[in-house]
Amino acid sequence: MSEVLYEAPKTLDAAVALLARAQGQARVLAGGTDLLIQMRGGRLAPGLLVDIKHIPEVRAIAGENGGLRFGAAVSCMELVEHAEFARTWPGLTEAVKLIGSVQVKGRATVGGNLCNASPAADSVPALIAAGALARIVGPAGSRELEVEAFATGPGKTVLAQGEMLASFLLPRRAPHSGDAYLRFTPRTEMDIAVVGAGVNLTLDEQGICRQARLGLGAVAERALLVPEAAAALIGTKVDAEALKHFAAAASAACRPIDDKRGTKAFRIKIAGVLARRAAEIALLRAKGNH
Amino acid sequence: MDAKVIKHEEISLKLVGTRPVRPDGVPKVTGLARYGADFALPGMLWGSILRSPHAHARIRAIDTSKAQALPGVKAVLTCADFPEQKFEFIGPERVAVNFWHMTRNVMAREKVLYEGHAVAAVAAVSRRVADEALRLIEVDYEPLPHVIDVDAAMRPDAPLLFEDMITRGVEPVPSKPSNISKRIEFNLGDLAAGFAAADEIVEMNFKTAPVHQGYIEPHACLARYDSDGQLEIWAASQGHFVVRAFTARLLNMNIGDVLVHPAEIGGGFGGKTVIYVEPVAAALSRKTGHPVKIMMSREDVFKSTGPTSGASMTVKLGVKKDGRIVAADGVFKFQAGAFPGSPVMNATMCGFAPYNIPNVRSVGYDVVSNRPKSAAYRAPGSPISAFAVESVMDAAATRIGMDPLQFRLLNAARAGTQTAWGPKHAHDGYVETLQALLSHPAYTAPLAKNQGRGVASGFWFNNGGESCATVHVNEDGSVVVATGSMDIGGSRASMAIMAAETLGIAYESVRSTVADTGSIGYTHVTGGSRVTFATGIAVVEACNKVIVELCARAAMIWDVAKDAVLWKDGFARCVDEGKGKLELSLKAIAAKRAVTGGPIVAEAAVNAGGAAPGFASELCEVEVDPETGSVKILRFIVAQDVGRAIHPSYVEGQLQGGVVQGIGWALNEEYIYDAAGHLQNAGFLDYRIPVASDLPMIETILVEVPNPNHPFGAKGAGEVNIVPAMAAVANAINNAIGRRLTELPMSPPKVLAALDAGPPS
Amino acid sequence: MAKHHVSATLNGDAVEFLCETQQTLLEVLRDELQLTGTKEGCGTGDCGACSVTIDGRLVCSCLVLGVEAQGKSIQTIEGMAKGGALHPLQRKFLEHAALQCGICTPGILVAARSLLERNPDPTEEEVRFWLAGNLCRCTGYNKIIEAVLDAAHEMRGN
Repeated sequence: MSEVLYEAPKTLDAAVALLARAQGQARVLAGGTDLLIQMRGGRLAPGLLVDIKHIPEVRAIAGENGGLRFGAAVSCMELVEHAEFARTWPGLTEAVKLIGSVQVKGRATVGGNLCNASPAADSVPALIAAGALARIVGPAGSRELEVEAFATGPGKTVLAQGEMLASFLLPRRAPHSGDAYLRFTPRTEMDIAVVGAGVNLTLDEQGICRQARLGLGAVAERALLVPEAAAALIGTKVDAEALKHFAAAASAACRPIDDKRGTKAFRIKIAGVLARRAAEIALLRAKGNH
Repeated sequence: MDAKVIKHEEISLKLVGTRPVRPDGVPKVTGLARYGADFALPGMLWGSILRSPHAHARIRAIDTSKAQALPGVKAVLTCADFPEQKFEFIGPERVAVNFWHMTRNVMAREKVLYEGHAVAAVAAVSRRVADEALRLIEVDYEPLPHVIDVDAAMRPDAPLLFEDMITRGVEPVPSKPSNISKRIEFNLGDLAAGFAAADEIVEMNFKTAPVHQGYIEPHACLARYDSDGQLEIWAASQGHFVVRAFTARLLNMNIGDVLVHPAEIGGGFGGKTVIYVEPVAAALSRKTGHPVKIMMSREDVFKSTGPTSGASMTVKLGVKKDGRIVAADGVFKFQAGAFPGSPVMNATMCGFAPYNIPNVRSVGYDVVSNRPKSAAYRAPGSPISAFAVESVMDAAATRIGMDPLQFRLLNAARAGTQTAWGPKHAHDGYVETLQALLSHPAYTAPLAKNQGRGVASGFWFNNGGESCATVHVNEDGSVVVATGSMDIGGSRASMAIMAAETLGIAYESVRSTVADTGSIGYTHVTGGSRVTFATGIAVVEACNKVIVELCARAAMIWDVAKDAVLWKDGFARCVDEGKGKLELSLKAIAAKRAVTGGPIVAEAAVNAGGAAPGFASELCEVEVDPETGSVKILRFIVAQDVGRAIHPSYVEGQLQGGVVQGIGWALNEEYIYDAAGHLQNAGFLDYRIPVASDLPMIETILVEVPNPNHPFGAKGAGEVNIVPAMAAVANAINNAIGRRLTELPMSPPKVLAALDAGPPS
Repeated sequence: MAKHHVSATLNGDAVEFLCETQQTLLEVLRDELQLTGTKEGCGTGDCGACSVTIDGRLVCSCLVLGVEAQGKSIQTIEGMAKGGALHPLQRKFLEHAALQCGICTPGILVAARSLLERNPDPTEEEVRFWLAGNLCRCTGYNKIIEAVLDAAHEMRGN
């Protein structure tokens, strides 16, 4: 019978050493809300669990050069209860709030949400829209990567053997900026997103959109950054006409599958609707009307 | 929020209709109540069941040697450990049982007939060893083509589950086998003449997906088979006498050698009136000499236990311009799952039952297909046919320009109305539920854009049947009331209320318990909305016997004739004027029991007839998001005739719970299969039952038209509330968007597709 | 196979237990510590019947390993009443008939208590969304919501 070992290192270096030594048989244990289900269902059988929750860097939330760095193993509830985080990034907060029930959020982490690499992960489109950077540490040192480049397919990431995700950096917020996240689910809670749309906008003093980012989830093999949609808003006042093109570009970017949670056609249609509605909320926030 | 209770008869009752705390409440809020999975015994082993990965396959061989050899494994079972059973349908047609089917459902023999079908079982020292052992059992399967959908299963070229299944109920007898186990038909009047006389005819087709009862507690039991041949089982079940009978039969044991303890039960809704794990745990215990505990995983519950049927239906109504329904025709095809026994007969009987229609034909097909054998689910069959009938009723009312409630009122069944299946309705109560909605201010309140309102009605038989109750007067005058009815929703409180009311003593003096199968007489399942009715009758009868005895003891004490003593308000009173004002409390008589004849005890055993059916009418308001097809329930009102609410809080709870199950059924719940017949959503993540944030408060109106056959007028209240719910939602959606959805669930993609299909026809 | 030796605090008392790495906290509570008040409804964090709090944080114990409880303070349903005195939530659940079969009740009580500790005056909507992770199939949630709001009212001292 297979035995599963458990270690709880206190430093990043120690964690990296354990992962490197285990030659692919180890998994990082943060919140465990995906890992334990996969182990129970027989889909994963790691020989070693590396519990990273005792490492200070992955549990911290702190300002950094005007931006905000939060550890990969900060629980969702800790994040949404953090006043500055919630105030600065209401859209990303909305997204994190949708990762399962209160109970699940009490353990689940944004780091785990990204590393599990479900195309439907709720925090990822909003992280992408926010322009978040992921810090990866490994035997060769550390590197920063745009979140949209992290997942490569369902369950697949760019992490090499021995590497782990340590933290995220959210950039400094420009004035007249706002973000929003919407997702479609059949019930009001407790469902995996059928479509997720995260929008982040920055306006200038005249109310013209100068920067925009759209992240879409559950409509491709990984969450997408959709620059073509953003382009439809930049230089405009984000009026109805601009939003129409924005929504069309969002739908056009989708390459979804039919699965038990939604059909291709439904997802493509809803992506446009949600992208538009999220942009409308982000716009209100950017204008200062919350 | 106080429930609205509409009474139709005032009688003076002290306790009936009040809301005391239930006697089993404190253990349930402190975590001390013991459910099926909460028991343990020294030396206990864990049992685990191997289940088929194929939707349909022949079993060529099973090699258990590697599993047997694993350290920690104490026994491995296959069908060889269960005796063969005779092929025979036993009992009334509507609820017939066939042990040849049942033993095969518990443990497959020649074939596996659904993904999740049990093929072997293991008992081991831990859960992990047991699960590891399952992986070592080698089963040689010959996969066969499978069929799941009911229409597909009825096609002449469909893969056959049973090579020798010849449809019953068809003349002439078919020469070829099929998957149609049975055809039934009810007729009233002259259907052709009826439709010929109609001014308007509405005919529609409907399709529903199978749904699960969704109880939060997976099936679990602990079994101890001792070397003297005595078997004890602690089981989560709606009927411990049924567990006893079926387990004994499947293991070829005497019923008297099996003792079943009623654990608390974490939901059943009909799905726990059958057995799955009990005979397996018992057989493992017999083989190992140790107690064996089995707990199903949630995945196993969805893959292997009986949901209710999916169905394919056609309903046609003929109506006159003045609103009278002159003809009704329904064809209902139900999936039975792997073995015959869908609730299609109920569906054919209940669908048109709320209405007075002179010409009716109602046809049902019971069809086997490669999915778990269907089990009862709250008013089994009736919600499904009601979805079809009540949708057509709504369409017909619109066609002739009549208000949907007035349309139903005009055609409403009353006492004396002829049913399509034979008897006349014996009870009123339906009309009153319609009137309750008609007079509700919500019925005429304005609606905003994208909002709609729909109504629907429903019928359910409610059962009587066998129940036993014992009443013991304790030495200090307190009373124990024991019944054989598992308490699934607060019935112990109702039993205590009825006993205390009858005896004229305080509620707090009565202790209400559920007795095991060795301590009380045969009592039928807690289901069919029968407990407050039938077991209540038994309780009251036993109390009345106790009262006779109490009076006799008082007579002895006073040295008067027995008939000089009557019982009033908890006291024996002497009516012999010459003796002065004599009275004795129950407590005082109890204190003297030893010198007056010994313990004061009575038992009552009833086979209760005279159950009154349930009628419910419901109103639903929805808001539809036209860009996504999302449906939000804004308001839901259920008016149900409950006869008399013994404990109104628990009656309201039944109404609210049934309605919410119906809402889930209407909007989101369904079994999703892939092309290979594998279940894709075997968990609560993707089998979507309503969560708290999906719902508004459900408003209940308890209409009381008392049942003269029950001492306090109670009618069964647990089930009929689910019957109209899906149609109420469908009719509300239709009112909101001008499109009628005829397939369940009415999930957002379907609503959106209906909206995008173009303007309404 | 070497088991982990875990020391923690459970309902205010020190506790020690042995467990394998894969054993969840739910299994430990029920099978090792014989505290069967916390229920398994699904094993995958979808139903909330196994809710407990760890260091005051509401979680599903089926998604926590027993070994992760090292040094933590765990509260289960068995610790909600103080001696013979029921918590106001427990009392209100009985008064309002907020349970029928009762299997979801321990999880809902633990979750509701966690809500009221953070938000003593929730709206109906806030209660519904907080409890979205606790499935109930019997009650339709009606009386549960009423009981929680009534308990909150009493606990605010109104």
